[in-house]
Amino acid sequence: MDQFSVKVFIRLRPSVLDPAGEATKSASSKLGVEGIKSLRIGKMIEVKIESETENEVREKIDLLCDRLFANTVIEDYEYSIETI
Amino acid sequence: MERFTVGIVVFPGSNCDRDVSWSLEACLDIKTKYLWHESSDLGDVDAIVLPGGFSYGDYLRCGAIARFSPLINALHDFVKSGRRVLGICNGFQILTESGFLPGALVANKNLNFICDDVELNVISSKGGWLNKEHQKKGIKLPIAHGEGRYHCDLDTLKKLIDNDLIAIRYRNNPNGSTFDIAGITNEQGNVFGLMPHPERACDEKIGGIDGLYTLKSLIRY
Repeated sequence: MDQFSVKVFIRLRPSVLDPAGEATKSASSKLGVEGIKSLRIGKMIEVKIESETENEVREKIDLLCDRLFANTVIEDYEYSIETI
Repeated sequence: MERFTVGIVVFPGSNCDRDVSWSLEACLDIKTKYLWHESSDLGDVDAIVLPGGFSYGDYLRCGAIARFSPLINALHDFVKSGRRVLGICNGFQILTESGFLPGALVANKNLNFICDDVELNVISSKGGWLNKEHQKKGIKLPIAHGEGRYHCDLDTLKKLIDNDLIAIRYRNNPNGSTFDIAGITNEQGNVFGLMPHPERACDEKIGGIDGLYTLKSLIRY
């Protein structure tokens, strides 16, 4: 069995308003940082998982993302896998 | 014949379960029974209320973890049997996360937790949760939520409109909900989810009685 480290990024879909991102963008201007055109807040989930193959890891992570980590009505997800 | 019994689901973090029980038992003389979220035996209840609160601390997303409880698993057959399910606030969030109702509930547009009374237009009496009289006059119910902004894509919205699934809309949209939506039903009409709290509007002395009809309609069918 190999060990894998997976980083999952979950983002609100572009069509979904992100008021927390808007508020943070506004605070960024107040800090004096100019030029920010867009700021959106997502989630990052780190998973360490044991599996026979990377493909098997993909199947498991896809299931987790579709059913639990993300609500695909409002969120998109992507992930990267590294062998530990 | 056994007395009609409404099951009130209790998750870790539910906090409106006792309010719902009070409104049904004390105001409407309807028998209730608390159902712990780990129970999957729904054989002796005739209707179910998913009350408000913060199930599982709202971890990940509101209602996301509750979806995997044995009780919600058993709810699929319960709904298929035609029995009635009312999801209030967090209960509505659980119903959308679990796929019983379309769309999702996300953070209020202004990021505030809003605790207020709201005027609602009653659009549909599908499923008998509301009636024609409400459609004429509208109703007033309390809301208390931080994540009550209903969101769905245009195709879903069209389907909701075409199939008469939008039950109530805010008159002055407080949270940025798509199409001012405050509550919807499923296509069969036996599942109703809404952000406002009918159980907090069951006595003239504490906020009016506009919530009574919806709660009473749990046993009308």
